[in-house]
Parts: sequence; structure tokens; C-alpha cells
Amino acid sequence: MARYIGKRLIYMFITLALIATFTFFLMKILPGSPIASADKLSPEQRAVVEARYGLDQPLPVQYFDYMFGLLQGDLGISINQFKGADVTDVILSRMGPSAQIGFQGMLLGTVLGILFGMVAALRQNTWVDYGSTIVAIIGISIPSFVFASMLQYWLGLKWDLFPVALWKDGFMSSVLPSIALAMFPLATAARFIRTEMIEVLGSDYITLAKAKGASGSEIAFKHAFRNALIPLITVLGPMAVSILTGSLVVEQIFAIPGIGEQFVKSIMVSDFSIIMGTTIFFSVFLIVVILIVDILYGVIDPRIRLSGGKS
Amino acid sequence: MEKILQVKDLELSFHTFGGEVKAIRGVNFDLYKGETLAIVGESGSGKSVTTKSIMRLLPEATSEFKNGEILFGGRDLTKLSDKEMQKIRGKDISMIFQDPMTSLNPTMPIGRQITEPILKHQKISKDEAKKVAIDLLRLVGMPKPELRMKQYPHQFSGGQRQRIVIAIALACNPQILIADEPTTALDVTIQAQILELMKDLQKKIDTSIIFITHDLGVVANVADRVAVMYGGKIVEIGTVDEIFYNPQHPYTWGLLSSMPSMDAEDAKLYAIPGTPPDLLDPPKGDAFALRSEYAMKIDMEQPPPFFKVSDTHMAATWLLHPEAPAVEPPEMVIERMKKFPGSRYYEGSAN
Repeated sequence: MARYIGKRLIYMFITLALIATFTFFLMKILPGSPIASADKLSPEQRAVVEARYGLDQPLPVQYFDYMFGLLQGDLGISINQFKGADVTDVILSRMGPSAQIGFQGMLLGTVLGILFGMVAALRQNTWVDYGSTIVAIIGISIPSFVFASMLQYWLGLKWDLFPVALWKDGFMSSVLPSIALAMFPLATAARFIRTEMIEVLGSDYITLAKAKGASGSEIAFKHAFRNALIPLITVLGPMAVSILTGSLVVEQIFAIPGIGEQFVKSIMVSDFSIIMGTTIFFSVFLIVVILIVDILYGVIDPRIRLSGGKS
Repeated sequence: MEKILQVKDLELSFHTFGGEVKAIRGVNFDLYKGETLAIVGESGSGKSVTTKSIMRLLPEATSEFKNGEILFGGRDLTKLSDKEMQKIRGKDISMIFQDPMTSLNPTMPIGRQITEPILKHQKISKDEAKKVAIDLLRLVGMPKPELRMKQYPHQFSGGQRQRIVIAIALACNPQILIADEPTTALDVTIQAQILELMKDLQKKIDTSIIFITHDLGVVANVADRVAVMYGGKIVEIGTVDEIFYNPQHPYTWGLLSSMPSMDAEDAKLYAIPGTPPDLLDPPKGDAFALRSEYAMKIDMEQPPPFFKVSDTHMAATWLLHPEAPAVEPPEMVIERMKKFPGSRYYEGSAN
């Protein structure tokens, strides 16, 4: 197991280096300059500012400078968005709200989704099943920003249950964005669990469990549930991505000072080091999620446990 | 002998999109204590459905008991509630399935799968149940059972898995063990081992076995009595010798003729012509009539009743009616009958 994880860490490193390289050059191709109101500056003034951030250097030099800093864990300093602040500090200070709504959304979504899926499978072709199908279709087809606005309007404005936006009331502020983020994982989990539960419930070992005298709930929870979870783990990765991309939009709508919101703004103002830093941060997050997913497989499915050499 | 299970006039249908499939159309048999009753027949003859209906393992939404009763311990199993059935399943009646590769839960250690019915039906502690499970594994011939309790099904071979399934089935010393083609998915050498094991265990715990198979070689090996099923009915039932050496129903003749034989000179294998009847719209008379060269006019119109051949032997064919013309069974069957005292071709040289 340790060897397997070690191997994966090396791959992670290579992946990150590639992502950093691609992002770096793609960003440089983009039109626009991080120096705001660059037009109003005289060429001399511009040269001074560019020199300060190393933007006057030839591209390869900039690239190697950046990668060298990255190796040492230095993400550089913000050019204009947070003038002169260390990118690592910016990201860390912004992580809290994002992590909170992301985690809450994911948790709420998967738990409810699993529940809906289970109930739908056990009460197949009843109104419970159809109801959960409708919820799932809505969750998948309606984008999170539409949900976000609806939640703001009904739960926030009309019924005044939760704050409409901003990050001022602690947990209460996080409720609506979390729900908005939860819809996609909820819908995905519900569909996957339903399909898989129905398949598992029809398998031979469930019949054998029945033949042992197991009751309906014992069969569902002791025998079927764990087996039905296996494919859900596969979509945990894409779900995490949806939480990330969802948070880019949702944080904007709810005016939450999170990474997503900051990332979107940094692109608008071409703050190179913030864009790079956030991209790398998101990449690390995703790669770690994928690693966790692969390890989870082994935990849930003993047949996969031995892969990657002996533990 | 003590009757442990009685199936009387059992009729069962499946509701499908195509209509009502009459899968069992009046099945009668008794199971005696300690005996092995083999149910043979081709795919779709209703043998698996019969036993699954005894265990009530058929999907309740689509299957329906139309008539008859299954008497066990003074109770009619067709009328019991789910809760009451759960107390019988795995304790009094248990089952071994066809495919050991899929009948164990892949994500549960086998130890827990064996202790599950023990803990469910007996009031003993987990540690005691574990000991029982280890003893069971030893009983079914699993080497180093203590070490293997924590392993998962994928760490065992097919034959070993079927041994585990047998251990699970025997966990509560059931009165009836239903084996639904337990050797079909195994290769021949393992088949023989599993059959030996089952015979051994039956002696040890004195259980009755209903053995479903379409392999007549296996039947000859394990059964005391044989019921031949066709088109959702039993067409002939008798002791294993009676069925093998004095068969009366043309379908049984066909089955026996289609058994490959080592000493047959002309090595062409016989196959019964035609296909099994469509149970969405079962034939009016004898279900086998359309495939039988011995069919008479009445076979097309009226289903034959059971005619008694001996105290233990009955067959549902009009050929046994006193007014029926005498027909010659296939030569291969006559050869067999010559060895059977009491058959009309008996030559006096038994075995």
C-alpha cells in the first residue's frame, strides 16, 4: 500500500509540473496585462512596474523562474488583485469559506443522494421512486446558478430564513450556497445508487441472503448497500470537480470571499501569479481527491485491495 | 416413512408483459425424512420454480400461487407471512445455488457469511457462532478454516466456494436442503467431490435433500427417488431404479435416450425433437404430445392422469391406460427394462 501511494505521489508530481507548464504558457498567450490602466502609464513607468514583477524578462526565463519558485513552494506575489500580497497567503485566507460550503455541499448531496437512491430502489416503481427520479433530473439539468438565484429569492428574500448573500453570519451564511452546490452530487448519487441497488438486489448472493432468513432491511443494509456503493466512488471524482466549478459561480452569486470568487476576478484582471497559484491549488485538490477515491475503492471492495503490489 | 414435506396440487403463475405464464401446473410430491429426491427436467420445465416457491424466493410482485399447498411441519408455506418465512428459511429449509462464483457476497468475509444464519436463528454469542462456523468449514473439507474465516470469496476457488455455500446451508442443521443444480457450474472432478461431500453430510446430519439437476448421471449417483418434470408438471415419479430401468413416460424415455453412453457403438447422440411448450398458452392435453412419436389422439385433448405402476412409481401418460395400445419403447430403454424385475421385458438377469 505504501509503495502504491508512493508511486502515485510521483505521478502526481509529474502531472502538476505539466499543468503548471500548460497554464503558464496559455496565460501568456491571453491578451491583456496585469498592469491596470497600462495605457495611462508612460513607457518608462511601465518598464519600472514590469521590471518589479519580472515581466520584462524573456518568456523562458520567466517560466524557469516561476517553476523554480514553485519547487520551493513559492507561488509568487499578487500583481494587482491583492497588490504585493503573497499568493500562498491569499489562497489560504480564502480557503475557509470555500472549503466549508464545498464540504457541506458534498456531504449533504451524497448523503441525501444515497438515501434517495436507496429508497427509490427499495420502492421501485412507486411514487417514491418516481419522485426521486424527478428530483434527480432536476438536479442534473438545472445549473447551480439558477438554483442559487431561486434559493436566494425564496428562502432568502421571501421567507427570510437565511441571509441572501455575503459571509457575515457564520454557518447561516453557508446554508444556501451549500444547498446550491449539493444539487449535482445529490442527483448523481441518487441515480447511481438506485441503478446499482436494483442490480445488486437481483444478484445471486442476495437470493442466498434471503435463503438464510435475512429480513428485508438486513438484506438492504448488510448485503446490498456496500456493493452498491462501489460505482458511486467512481463518480466521487467528477462530483468534486462539479463542486469546484460550481463554487466558482456560486461564490460569485452569494458574494462569498472564497477561492472561486477570487479566481474569477484574478482572470478578469490578468493577475498572472494568482491565476497560476489558484490553478495549481485546484489541481492539487483534484489529484488528491482522485488518489483518495482510488484508496477508497480498496477499502470498500476487497477484490481491488491487492492491486499495486503487496502491502 | 415420515413425510417431512408435502406439495399438493401446486399451481403458480408469473405475470409478465406477455401475459400469465403458468410455470407450475399442478405439482404433487412428498418428501420423506432422510431421502434424496431428484427433480429432473429440461430448462423451463419448472423444477427451479417449484423449489423456489417452497422457499418463497420468487419475486412477490410478479409471481402468484394460484392453487394448492406446501405443507411443512403442519403449516402451509404458501400462506405464511414474510416474517414467519424468514424464521424457516436458513433454519428448517435451506438452499444451495447453482453458481458458487456469484452466490457469495463479494464484499463480506466468508466467516461473517457463515455465522449470519447461525446468529439469526440460534441464541448463541458471536464467539460461539464463530466456533460453529469453523467446525462447519472443517466439516465441508476446507483446510485451515481458522485462517480462512476472514478471507473474501474472491480468494477461494469455485469448488471451495461451493463448499462454503454448503457450510452456510448446513449451519442450522436444516430438515430440508434444496440443492438447485449445485454442481452444474463446476468442472467434472470437483462435481464428484461435491456430490460425495453432500452424500456424506446427509448421513451425518440426517437431512432430506431435494436435488434439482438436468444431469441424469448425477441423479443416478445421489438420488433415492426421482421426479421427472415437463411443462410445469411432474410426468413421472419413482425410485431411482424404477425411473432408470422401468420408465413409462415417453418423455422419460427421451431423456434416458439422450444420455451419452460409453458402450453405445453408434456414437450418435439422441436429441428429443422440438422445443418445450410455451407456458403462456400451455397445451390442452399432454404437454409432451407434440414432441412425442407415441402420442395418441387423446394426448392432444385431455391431460393424462397419474397411473400407478407400483406403490412407489407413478407416471402421467395415456399409454398406461388399460385401453391404450401396447407400444414398443425405444430399443435403448428396452435394454434397460430387461434388467428390471417386474418390467414386461425382464429377462431374469438382474445386474
